[in-house]
Amino acid sequence: MEAYLVAIGIIALIYVILSLGLTLQYGLTGLINFGHVGFFAIGAYTSALLAFQGVPLVLCFAAAAVLAGIAAWPIGLVSLRLRDDYFAIVTLGFSEVVRIVITSEKWLTSGVQGLPGVPRLYEELGGFTAQLAVFATILAVTLLGIWMIRRIAGSPFGRLIEAIRDNEEAVQALGKDPARFKIQVLVVGAAFAGIAGAFYAHYITYIVPDQFIPLVTFYVWMAIIMGGVGRVSGAVVGSAILMLFLEGSRFLRDVLPGVSEVDMASVRIGAVGFLLILFIMYRPQGLMGDYTKR
Amino acid sequence: MSLEVRDIGKSYGGFKALDGVRLTVETGALFGIIGPNGAGKSTLFSVISGFVPADEGRIILDGKAIDGLSAPARARAGMVRTFQVPREFRHLTVRENLMAAAPQQTGENLLGVFFRPGRVNEEEAAIADRVDQTITFLKLTRVADQPSGMLSGGQKKLLELGRALMAKPRMILLDEPFAGVNPVLIDEIMERIAELNGRGIGFVVIEHDLQALTRLVPRLAVMDRGRIIAEGEPRAVLDDPLVREAYLGGVS
Repeated sequence: MEAYLVAIGIIALIYVILSLGLTLQYGLTGLINFGHVGFFAIGAYTSALLAFQGVPLVLCFAAAAVLAGIAAWPIGLVSLRLRDDYFAIVTLGFSEVVRIVITSEKWLTSGVQGLPGVPRLYEELGGFTAQLAVFATILAVTLLGIWMIRRIAGSPFGRLIEAIRDNEEAVQALGKDPARFKIQVLVVGAAFAGIAGAFYAHYITYIVPDQFIPLVTFYVWMAIIMGGVGRVSGAVVGSAILMLFLEGSRFLRDVLPGVSEVDMASVRIGAVGFLLILFIMYRPQGLMGDYTKR
Repeated sequence: MSLEVRDIGKSYGGFKALDGVRLTVETGALFGIIGPNGAGKSTLFSVISGFVPADEGRIILDGKAIDGLSAPARARAGMVRTFQVPREFRHLTVRENLMAAAPQQTGENLLGVFFRPGRVNEEEAAIADRVDQTITFLKLTRVADQPSGMLSGGQKKLLELGRALMAKPRMILLDEPFAGVNPVLIDEIMERIAELNGRGIGFVVIEHDLQALTRLVPRLAVMDRGRIIAEGEPRAVLDDPLVREAYLGGVS
C-alpha cells in the first residue's frame, strides 16, 4: 500500500512539474500551448537514450531540459506571429510530429516497440528505499520549480508577461517586443516538460510513443483549469485532483457491473471529462481561484 | 524633432483609407487631427505607429525614416501612442500597469531576475518613485491599487496617458482622449496634456469632439475620406467651406 501511494505521489509530482510549465506559458502569458506532451516526449527520450549510452543520470536530466527547451525555440520563432488559435494548432501539430518521428525513426527509438529497461534512479538502493529516494528527489525538483515560477511571476518579467496576456498590442505600443518574452516563456516551460519527461522515463522504465499522445497535454490543461489558471498553487492542487480522479476511477469497476478491463480505460477518461465539465459549470475559476480574482 | 508623414497611402480592397496624406508636426507641438467618422484618423495613427503597414509613402522622425521599424522600435524611438478604446492590462493594478511601462528594465530579462536581484530591486524602487509621481500627477491615487479593468472610461484614458508617459516619450499620439469621458474629467485631461506639453513633450491628438480639441490645440488638420483637406489654426480651418461641408454635412 505504501509503495502504491508513493508511486501515485511520483506520478502526481510529474504532473505538477508539467503544470508549472503550462502555468508559466498559459496562466501567466496566455500562450495556448496544446503541444506540451511533445516537450515531455523529447525529455523522456533524450534522457533514456543518453542513459543507455552510459551518461550519468544527472547529465541525462539536464540534457532533457536543455533539448526540450531548444526544441521550443524554433516553434516560438515560427509561430509567435500567429494569432492565439493558430498558435494552439501549430503546437498541437508539433507534438504529433514529435510522436510520429519517434515512431518512425526506429534506428534511434525502436519505433512502436519502445525503449524497455530505462535505468532507474537510485537503482543501487533497491526496492522501496529507491522509490522513496526518487520521490524525495522529484519533490525537491518540484519545490525548486515552484520557487522558480513564483520568482518569475513576482518579477518585472512576470509583470510584463501578464501584461502580454491582457493586451499584447498595448505592450508593443510601449516599446516592448512581446515575441522576445514569449520565446523565453516557451523555452522555460518546455524545459519544465523536458525534466518531467526524464523523471517519467526513468521511473516507468519503459517508454513507447503511445504514452505521448495529446491526451497527456489535455490532462495537464485539466489540472491547471481545475486548480486555478495562473496560480502556482492551482498547478499543484489541480494536479492532485487530477491524480486522485485518474487513480480513484480505477476503483469504479468495483461499483460498475459489466464493464470489462478494456472498457474501463474509456470510462476513466469519461469520468475525468465529466469532472472537468462540473468544474467549468460550478467553479470556472478553479479550486484556488484564477488570475482574474486576486 | 519633427514627425513628417509623406504621401502615405493605404487601401483595404478597393477602399482608400488613406490617400496621399502629408503632415509635418514640429518638435514639442500640440497638434490636432479632426474629421468625421471613417475619415482615416485612427488608420493614420496605426500607420505612423507601425501597427498597420502603409501601401506607400514614408514616415520620417528627426530626419530618419522609421517606416521600416516595428511598432515597439518606433515607440523606443520616442513616439508612443494610445488607443481609442483603452487597452489597460486589466488584471494588473493601476500601479502595475504603470510599472510595466517603464523602459529598459533589467528584471524584464530572466537572467536578470535570477542573477542580478540586487540591481532589479534598485531599479524597481526607482520606477516605483516615478510611478508614484505619475499617479499623483494624474490624480489616480484613490484607485492606484485596484485592478485597472475596474476603472471608469475616463480613468482608463488617464491611465493610458500615464503609461505612455512612463515610457519616456518625446511625442505622444493620443487617439480620442476625450471619447466617453465625462466633462469634468475632460478638463482634467486637457490640463494634464497642456502641462506636459509645457515640459516639452509633443502631442498629436485625434479627436472627434471639435469643441474640446479647438480649446486644446493651437494648430490642427482636418481629415475627410482618407485625405487631409485643411490645416492651420482652428478658427481659420473651421471657417473653411470645404471643412464645413465635410464635417457638418454641407450645412452652412
